[in-house]
Amino acid sequence: MISAPDVVAFTKEEEYEEEPYNEPALPEEYSVPLFPFASQGANPWSRLSGAKFSRDFILISEFSEQVGPQPLLTIPNDTKVFGTFDLNYFSLRIMSVDYQASFVGHPPGSAYPKLNFVEDSKVVLGDSKEGAFAYVHHLTLYDLEARGFVRPFCMAYISADQHKIMQQFQELSAEFSKASECLKTGNRKAFAGELEKKLKDLDYTRTVLHTETEIQKKANDKGFYSSQAIEKANELASVEKSIIEHQDLLKQILSYPHRKSKGSALCSAETEHVQDQADQVATTSNPDESADADLYTCRPAYTPKLIKAKSTKCFDKKLKTLEELCDTEYFTQTLAQLSHIEHMFRGDLCYLLTSQIDRALLKQQHITNFLFEDFVEVDDRMVERQESAPPKRSPGRPPSRSLDECPIPQVFISVGSYKSSVESVPIKMEQELGDEEYKEVEVTELSSSDPQENLDCLDMDMKGSISSGESIEVLGTEKSTSVLSKSDSQASLTVPLSPQVVRSKAVSHRTISEDSIEVLSTCPSEALIPDDFKASYPSAINEEESYADDSEGAIHFQASISPPELGEAEEGSLENTLSQTDSSCCIGKESDSLRVPLSTPAHTHSDPDGVVSSPPQRYRQKDQGFHVDFAGENASPSRDNSSEGFPAFELDPSRLLASRDVSKTSLDNYSDTTSNMSSIASTSSDRTPSSAHPTGPSSERHKKRAGQNALKFIRQYPFAHPAIYSLLSGRTLVVLGEDEAIVRKLVTALSIFVPNHSRHAKPVKHWVSSPLHITDFQKWKLIGLQRVTSPAGAGALHTLSRYSRYTSILDLDSKTLRCPLYRGALVPRLADHRTHIKRGSTYYLHVQSVLTQLCSKAFLYTFCHHLHLPAHDRETEELLASRRASFLKLNLGLVNEDMKVVQYLAELLKLHYVQEPPGTGHPTLRFDYVPSFLYKI
Amino acid sequence: MLRWLIGGGREPQGLAEKSPLQTIGEEQTQNPYTELLVLKAHHDIVRFLVQLDEYRFASAGDDGIVVVWNAQTGEKLLELNGHTQKITAIITFPSLEVCEEKNQLILTASADRTVIVWDCDTGRQVQKVSCFQSTVKCLIVLQRLDIWLSGGNDLCVWNRKLDLLCKTSHLSDTGISALIEIPKNCVVAAVGKELIIFRLVTPTGESLEWDILEIKRLLDHQDNILSLVNVNDLSFVTGSHVGEMIIWNILDWTVQARECNFWDPSPQLDTQQEIKLCQKPNDISIHHFTWDEENVFAAVGRGLYVYNLQMKRVIACQKTAHDSSVLHIAKLPNRQLISCSEDGSVRIWELREKQQLAAEPVPTGFFNMWGFGRVNKQASQPVKKQQENAPPCSLELIGDLIGHSSSVEMFLYFEDHGLVTCSADHLIILWKNGERESGLRSLKLFQKLEENGDLHLAV
Repeated sequence: MISAPDVVAFTKEEEYEEEPYNEPALPEEYSVPLFPFASQGANPWSRLSGAKFSRDFILISEFSEQVGPQPLLTIPNDTKVFGTFDLNYFSLRIMSVDYQASFVGHPPGSAYPKLNFVEDSKVVLGDSKEGAFAYVHHLTLYDLEARGFVRPFCMAYISADQHKIMQQFQELSAEFSKASECLKTGNRKAFAGELEKKLKDLDYTRTVLHTETEIQKKANDKGFYSSQAIEKANELASVEKSIIEHQDLLKQILSYPHRKSKGSALCSAETEHVQDQADQVATTSNPDESADADLYTCRPAYTPKLIKAKSTKCFDKKLKTLEELCDTEYFTQTLAQLSHIEHMFRGDLCYLLTSQIDRALLKQQHITNFLFEDFVEVDDRMVERQESAPPKRSPGRPPSRSLDECPIPQVFISVGSYKSSVESVPIKMEQELGDEEYKEVEVTELSSSDPQENLDCLDMDMKGSISSGESIEVLGTEKSTSVLSKSDSQASLTVPLSPQVVRSKAVSHRTISEDSIEVLSTCPSEALIPDDFKASYPSAINEEESYADDSEGAIHFQASISPPELGEAEEGSLENTLSQTDSSCCIGKESDSLRVPLSTPAHTHSDPDGVVSSPPQRYRQKDQGFHVDFAGENASPSRDNSSEGFPAFELDPSRLLASRDVSKTSLDNYSDTTSNMSSIASTSSDRTPSSAHPTGPSSERHKKRAGQNALKFIRQYPFAHPAIYSLLSGRTLVVLGEDEAIVRKLVTALSIFVPNHSRHAKPVKHWVSSPLHITDFQKWKLIGLQRVTSPAGAGALHTLSRYSRYTSILDLDSKTLRCPLYRGALVPRLADHRTHIKRGSTYYLHVQSVLTQLCSKAFLYTFCHHLHLPAHDRETEELLASRRASFLKLNLGLVNEDMKVVQYLAELLKLHYVQEPPGTGHPTLRFDYVPSFLYKI
Repeated sequence: MLRWLIGGGREPQGLAEKSPLQTIGEEQTQNPYTELLVLKAHHDIVRFLVQLDEYRFASAGDDGIVVVWNAQTGEKLLELNGHTQKITAIITFPSLEVCEEKNQLILTASADRTVIVWDCDTGRQVQKVSCFQSTVKCLIVLQRLDIWLSGGNDLCVWNRKLDLLCKTSHLSDTGISALIEIPKNCVVAAVGKELIIFRLVTPTGESLEWDILEIKRLLDHQDNILSLVNVNDLSFVTGSHVGEMIIWNILDWTVQARECNFWDPSPQLDTQQEIKLCQKPNDISIHHFTWDEENVFAAVGRGLYVYNLQMKRVIACQKTAHDSSVLHIAKLPNRQLISCSEDGSVRIWELREKQQLAAEPVPTGFFNMWGFGRVNKQASQPVKKQQENAPPCSLELIGDLIGHSSSVEMFLYFEDHGLVTCSADHLIILWKNGERESGLRSLKLFQKLEENGDLHLAV
């Protein structure tokens, strides 16, 4: 047949495990400037340089019995994605390696054709010449008209990065299994339907033949049968046989679920896979079964027709399209799943791994993560992931494979370089430890078992209570976090310390020992800059620019790679804007937007300009119409200044290609930070109306925008701290303004500071124009309120002043804030208006990290038994209260109002933990009788 | 509704000069209620709250439904549907010890001229009486006799099985506005300006018939009687629309004391009394009483007054305790008084002994008015005395609860769970002590941890 030189057959995890895998997932090029493709103008992140396609895509191919291997469709359905890549050739390659493909037919011992329920086969295949590597998932679908009733298909994830495929094999396999299962379920349904029709036809034919024979019998009494009659009789017999055959087939296909479950019990080696299938079945079973049920019972009346008993196996007939083979509904669902996969694995390997670790760690924080994390869809994915996670599967291997390998050190590096402003790593670590902590909740042990938090306390302890002023305390906590990174506690982690960490250690040492001027030169943390320097700040740190530059690079790296992972299909429109950015640059006729309306199968089917395909003609028409629809949007793309020098793919943040150059450029543009951010982020942020997804789960772009606007808010308003404090302490913040867009924008921005009550919805109301009610304060913690100048609006203001004790009021028109005093140290760290952070997404990450840290404090506070309940009977409530206070102050290092924040979060944690099921109870409105102050600009 | 708007609007700019209304500001260190839960189930004004046991209460109002709530969690336990019109009276019917049926019963009367007996544990409608000629406006249970009385235009006596035992003739078209039980099998009914005393004739050896006899009519009030309560074993008290408060001897029904003018408007208002009355017709009507061993607390118009039974005089008052009429007051064990008003707020007061020597900031305006008020009318002899030693106690505002957007009709105090208020804005708010709730939540949390086996106590 066709030779397959580079085929690497991987069906089991162990096999590629054995392969010596030396190359770290973090690209060497990152630290070593000698980038092989540098001369070609590619950036170091472009691993795709050798390939003919610009980014990963999914290809569905078929081994057609008529024309041989042929590509059917790609996801994304966009010619510029695969560029000049020869899909036909590649289809031929991937379809030729289906080792398992077995055909149905008449097995030797059986009288009737047997359907073979073939397990999908999964292989990894590489083509070094093309620079393409693929995960290939073979599956067979049933088609009554096909040879042997089966049509072999395959779905391939094609990437230029071999390691990505290798490392993500399990995940890819799990996800593709789902897609395949979906297709096959639909196919079984369709096949059964087809069989039924066929049976009816046959039945009808039999009846007709029968009557004809009877008539003939009556017609001739000659006592012998005419050749015609014999022919009829033969035909009748063959129809009978055919009926029996088809009935048997129908029985087989209907019995599938049963067989499969039996099979799953047998092949325990495939447990993981089967589990996935089981999951799939579990999730789809209901609609499935009901659908099946009505399929067999109340199918719309089908008028049988006369058919030939012998099925024609000729090559001139048109084979069914994939959509016809599977039920349209299932086909659509499959396409959605595939594009979900495409989203999921978009980006560089190290980004994928990092975000996987990120999620895994977040998952461990199941008690606190509802507070600030956007969990809506990460959650269910995590469930699957855990099932297919390495630890479960292969006991021989250390449980935290992904932790041992590259990603963590990688994170360390970036942290090492910009530690001062973003403290993301320690938090990640601490989350894991936090979980251990949770198992031994005991105050006294804290100082020895020491996650990050305790370092804080240790630090506080070492310094005793000498903290003379609040600013010094701030210093203390900041330092202590860096001190942590060298703490012995890390021994418990499997992660080796990277040199960068040591470096940061040194920095922090100096920070501690020497005076602030010295600090300035080593550590860009602004908390350490004395006041007199602050005024002339931008110039004062000029010498530091290069350093800052580097760190910016690191930040950019993180920032710009983040987007796609969470971008769901529902966020399509936001993603759109993103892809439009490319298309505007590379003059693509079509944009990714074609991908969006997955619900309509028409568009997702083969692209007219694309590949060969067995293209259903009618789709073409629709596709064209669709293009026209989008032309308008394509016509007005915003073009970045900084973008023009680069090929399109480099600018697409979703592909992890934000280059050093880009970051530099943007850094220059940022010299005036208040406005005019020329990055991708800002352009999109200006374009995308915030109302697009006011309450939905925020995508990465959303977060980026929110971060950007929050940053603006912090820089613009000197009273940002008390406002943020209000949000963190659960006091409803009402943003009052006339202009809806502005209010919405700010509300979206500030919502990143709002702790959630449950996993389901953020307590944020973007825009209200009716007077507020007490229930609103119970339900919403951040409200955008329309200022109505008419007398009718006076009512709204009256209610506002009436309920003023429950709210902080940020008046955007007069630029005032009315809220309680804030003197803590936490918010200044969270929202430093002189921060170095320029990017929205970076700031978002910074906020997330600080908040995560805060969550762990709240966690500790909540779950220390003796803080809340007496150790023995004689302890009074007063003693408890004082113990709580001292714990908050000394152990958690909280000052003044910061305690209230932690206390509020602790209440939320308690509520959430106690509720059955979590997140369903009534939220209570908690408030304090504290005086408010009016802040003005 | 409008009133609190004005009041609320004024509040931010310290309105001490503008209005004598005492305000407390945002810092309320003694106010324990730092958590609230809004309960929504009603579609119309919620007028009645009744406590069922330590943790449950029922609410009823103009939408005709009765809702049973859990006071701890705010959970809606039951919704009792049966009345087609607004509910006019609700009362619990305590089960007898001897009775085999231990379930808690409540009686509700409605403008649809029915009375329904509900089982509060199951939500079952036990029985329904619909033979009334008029709307039943008040209900009373005489537990001793295991009977209940309904007061509308006439007074009917029922037993537990809802058999009509006896009834009076038609009393008046306005109907009975209040009913209380007094000793010797008597009940007092307030009908318009009159107090009518009825005696129940219980079945004896000779006759098995119940009967109810009118004994006496007391005509001392000048205007409609709005409130009627038992104070102690010796006396009951009535209050009328024009601010007369009369304390009656419970046994011989004679007037023990009466106060009617001390809360009259100050003299300078005489000239413009018409206007004044137009503005605030309810200014001095007595809406509600509450009492403890020594004092009777009266909600008079917008003010609160504390009348000492022994001294037979007002010992403390807040002339304008609220922006609008006070509708309900209750005395807490710890010398605290809670009042709710049409202005939508609930205020917590503390009765404090006034230290005469201490240079305490005295609300002078109020005392001046007080003095003038004394001069004004008939009570001329105690004027000087009063002025010499001003009220020995004072009501200090220690907190206010703002949550309702309309008149707060009633509230209910739970020792363990806080305060429940109901209002014309269709809402019920559960006010809780945040600190205590936090402790309870912790307790729950650690209980759950223990149940799950996740609690590891260090040795």
